[in-house]
Amino acid sequence: MNFVLNDALAGLAGGALIGLAAAILLLGNGRIAGISGILGALVNTSLPATWRENLLFVAGLAAAPVAYAAFVARPDINITTSVPLLIAGGLLVGFGSRLGSGCTSGHGVCGMSRLSPRSIVSTLTFMAVAIAVVAVMRFVMA
Amino acid sequence: MRSIVALVSGLVFGVGLVVSDMINPARVRGFLDLFGGDWDPTLAFVMGGALAVMAVAWIVTSSRSDSLLGHSLPAKPSSNIDARLLGGAAVFGLGWGMVGLCPGPAIAGLFLGGWPVLLFIAAMVAGMMAFSLVNRTA
Repeated sequence: MNFVLNDALAGLAGGALIGLAAAILLLGNGRIAGISGILGALVNTSLPATWRENLLFVAGLAAAPVAYAAFVARPDINITTSVPLLIAGGLLVGFGSRLGSGCTSGHGVCGMSRLSPRSIVSTLTFMAVAIAVVAVMRFVMA
Repeated sequence: MRSIVALVSGLVFGVGLVVSDMINPARVRGFLDLFGGDWDPTLAFVMGGALAVMAVAWIVTSSRSDSLLGHSLPAKPSSNIDARLLGGAAVFGLGWGMVGLCPGPAIAGLFLGGWPVLLFIAAMVAGMMAFSLVNRTA
């Protein structure tokens, strides 16, 4: 294991901010901060009445790291996946998160924090599958 | 007001993903790489911090019939574990493991991640649209 105290503390602080963001959306608008749900509703065949706030949430999510890069530090974004797997991965993440009604934010953060049985089962399932995929890519495909 | 709340929430969410380094797929895959001999536990701390804060928000709502701004709250959680939930989670997990990106960090990396993130987002949106079409005709 590679435990780095500063990374763990930054993780806790950043995680608390993610929780705060989800809390703001719930306590303010009464909505779940599930990114796949918010984004999925924007690219659906029919736009919901909440399209404007969905778009602003997505805009804030995309803009904040740019501001952070300008005023604090530019984050590293390292992707080692090949182009075919990158495309396949995107398709699977998009389709799967809509089929399963949520992703790491909606089920992982918002659902698990209210002890939703569906969200706990979903999170354990996608965690287990993703861990298996990384293991296969490391030991079988490498 | 709803728009401002949503914008602020998105901004704070984005800063959280940068501060925690979950915007970096290599960091996420470091957590998922449980058997690689150099496991990176950071994602567990991120999840812990997020769950702790969000749990408080749910406790606040538990004694209320609407949000602090007077909007209706989400329905009570369901315990209906069906094939759709499990299948969706499995499909999502496949893609998440392959790349290390899920929808939040992908959008957060829109302007900073270069062409790989843009390509991933394009494919992800295509996957979401495909679901909308399939779901409508099903």
